[in-house]
Amino acid sequence: MAKVTMTVNGRQVSGHCDDRTLLVQFIRENLGLTGTHVGCDTTQCGACVIHMDGKSVKSCSILAAQAAGSTITTIEGLAADGELHPVQAAFKANHGLQCGFCTPGMVMTAVDMIRRHQGQLDEATVRAELEGNICRCTGYHNVVKAILAAAAEMGGARVAAE
Amino acid sequence: MYETQYHRASSVQDAVSRMEAAGEGKYVSGGMTLIPTMKQRLASPSDLIDLRHISEMQGITVNGRSVRIGAATTHYEVASSAALKAVCPAICHLASHIGDPHVRHMGTIGGSIANNDPAADYPAAMLALAATIVTNRREIAADDFFTGLFETALEDSEIITAVRFDAPAKAAYQKFPNPASRYAMTGVFVAKGDNGEVRVAVTGAGSNGVFRQAEMEAALSANWSPDALAHISVDASELLSDIHADAAYRANLVKVMAKRAVAAA
Repeated sequence: MAKVTMTVNGRQVSGHCDDRTLLVQFIRENLGLTGTHVGCDTTQCGACVIHMDGKSVKSCSILAAQAAGSTITTIEGLAADGELHPVQAAFKANHGLQCGFCTPGMVMTAVDMIRRHQGQLDEATVRAELEGNICRCTGYHNVVKAILAAAAEMGGARVAAE
Repeated sequence: MYETQYHRASSVQDAVSRMEAAGEGKYVSGGMTLIPTMKQRLASPSDLIDLRHISEMQGITVNGRSVRIGAATTHYEVASSAALKAVCPAICHLASHIGDPHVRHMGTIGGSIANNDPAADYPAAMLALAATIVTNRREIAADDFFTGLFETALEDSEIITAVRFDAPAKAAYQKFPNPASRYAMTGVFVAKGDNGEVRVAVTGAGSNGVFRQAEMEAALSANWSPDALAHISVDASELLSDIHADAAYRANLVKVMAKRAVAAA
C-alpha cells in the first residue's frame, strides 16, 4: 500500500492505495471525481486526460504513486465560481459533443492545446493536436469549431491583457 | 496489472541500489510503454524504480555544435527546445511526431532508447547522428548499442543518463506512420555530419530492429540528393512482414522515406 498525497483542483488530498493503482482509478474511486472517464484503458482514446503539473497527460497510463506530490487539475477544477471555463462554454455554444463520453478529455486537451499555442490555432493544427483523443460518435467537426472559438476568445483576451 | 512495489529514486546511485535490492525490478521513466504493458500483464516487475524525478538526468544542453540531452527529458521538451531547434531541427521534428501530445508530455528519450522498440523513432536518430549513449557506467556508441528487437547493450541495473551528439550539417527524419498506432511502419533518418560523413538509419522496417543502410550512405556521400537513391533497390529479405505491410512494401517505403528525408534536410 502506498500513501499518496497530491493537490487536486486546488485542494490537498491524500489516500491509501495499492502501488499498482492507476491515477485515474485514484481520482475516480478514492476522490470520487468521476468526471474523468476511462474509455479504451490502453492510452489511445484520451477520455482520461487531466493536467499534471500544468501538462495534459493520460491518467489511465500513470500510477497514482508516480503522481504523488504533483498538482492535478481535472475537469471538475476548470469552472471557477460556478462560471464555465471559456473552453467549456465554447463546447456548449458550438455543440462540441454528441454522447459526451469523450468530452472531459477533449476539454482538458483543448485547454492544454490553447495554452501551448498561446491561442494561435488553425484548423489543421487543432486536428493534429487531437491525435490522442477519440470521439466514437465521430463528432470532431464541432469539437474543432469549439476549440477554435475558445482559442479566439482566450487568445483575444490575452492580447487585450498585454 | 499484477502487484508491484513502487520506488521513487532521488539520484542515479539511489536508483541502482534499489534495483540491485529488487527481485525482478524495472526502471520506469515516463512509463508510456511500460505501464500499458503491465496493464496487459505482458510485464510483471516486482519493483518499479521511478527515474522521472532525478535532476541530473533532466534537460538539454547545447554548447556550440555539441548537444547533450538528459535521459529523463520528455519528447515534448525535445520537440519544443529552441536551443536544439537552432542546431538540429530534425530531432525536434522527430520528437513532435511521437505518439500524441499527452504521451509526449510523459515519454522520455532515455526510455525510448532503452526499450528499443523496432518501430520507435529515436533509435534511428541515435544511429544516424552517431550519438553516444551515456550510462552510469560507460559511454556506448549508438552503433554498438542497439543489438536486436527490444535488445540493447545495457547490462542489469545499468541506467542511460544522457545522450550526446554533434549537430549535423544536414539532417531530416521522415516516417510513414501506421494509420492506427502511428508507430513508424518505416522511418528513415538521414544525416550529413560536419565532417561530411553520411549516415542513413532505418526504423520500423528491419526484422532485427533499427539498422543502417550502407548502400544509401555511399550514394549520398557521392551526391547528396534524392536522385542519388533512384537506382538503389532495397533488399527485402531482412525486413519485417506483418498484416500492415509486407517486406516488399516496406523495402519500397525505405527508399521513398529516404528520398523524402534527403529532400527535407
